[in-house]
Amino acid sequence: MARAAVSGRLSWRVADVLDVVSETPRVKTIVFDVPGWPGHRAGQHVDIRLTAEDGYQAQRSYSIASTPDGTLVELTVERLDDGEVSPYLTDELRPGDQIELRGPVGGYFVWEPTQGGPLLLVAGGSGVAPLMAMIRARDAARSDAETLLLLSSRGWDDVIYRDELETLGLDVVHTLTREQPPGWTGYSRRIDAELLAEVAWPASESPRVYVCGSTRFVDAAADGLLALGYDASWIRTERFGATG
Amino acid sequence: MTGVAELRLDGNALGGLLGELFGVDLTATPCTCGGCGAREQMACLDVYVGAGIIVRCCHCDAVMIRIVQGRGRTWLDLRGVASLELEE
Repeated sequence: MARAAVSGRLSWRVADVLDVVSETPRVKTIVFDVPGWPGHRAGQHVDIRLTAEDGYQAQRSYSIASTPDGTLVELTVERLDDGEVSPYLTDELRPGDQIELRGPVGGYFVWEPTQGGPLLLVAGGSGVAPLMAMIRARDAARSDAETLLLLSSRGWDDVIYRDELETLGLDVVHTLTREQPPGWTGYSRRIDAELLAEVAWPASESPRVYVCGSTRFVDAAADGLLALGYDASWIRTERFGATG
Repeated sequence: MTGVAELRLDGNALGGLLGELFGVDLTATPCTCGGCGAREQMACLDVYVGAGIIVRCCHCDAVMIRIVQGRGRTWLDLRGVASLELEE
């Protein structure tokens, strides 16, 4: 621990579960208190490590969805049925439980309110979590950076943070790829170049872009933005794997 | 069935491990590929996690970094990296 204190080196910490909040049928936000937490930047993630009684370990990365607030860290986790870690986090964790966590991690996929906008955020499913940290940081700083979130979800009941997003002073465009409520007039297909051309700012605005989702989602979105004439250096991407 | 393409992650996934080993964040560090000479931040490189970790150039697919962990040690093979540009 002395070495960690001197160098700022990341190390595993024990986090206490304070609360588990249901976001959608398959997604929960877990609120942790992490003693000694040094604070974090919007967009950063943590690594979570589970250890079985026989010593077997499984590790996954989860984005931090909350703005810096003392030692509190909120993770929004989607349950993948065949996953090793996410079913435990979403089904088993209770307030008072403890878990091992390493972070905050990352200096690439981060946004500070002082960087300004326009800000184009593109998320697939739970990829909205790190972008929500940016949206909340923007709100907390009273930033007037023009912000557009393009959020792809399976259905209306799967939209994470749906109600809160309406209150934060940004434009939100939804696309619902599997199920649409009766009378739905919004987009109902996967994000592609054509959809991005209709929704995103023209390249002349040189927006800052953050894309987070599955590998397939991020690749499609990044390709579509490049086709619009966006410079690769404007686009920051973070992919999450098919193993939960 | 999960295809190989869906197992591909990116260099953001290495931030925790490398941050623990080196004490600095390397995800924003520019890395030059020893194969094609392309220069990209670590976060943009292709990463495959299995029994070990393989990092490939996102332009020419050359293997840049291999990481194996076991017995309380980490082996880091950087022979495919021409240079890392670290901030002072």
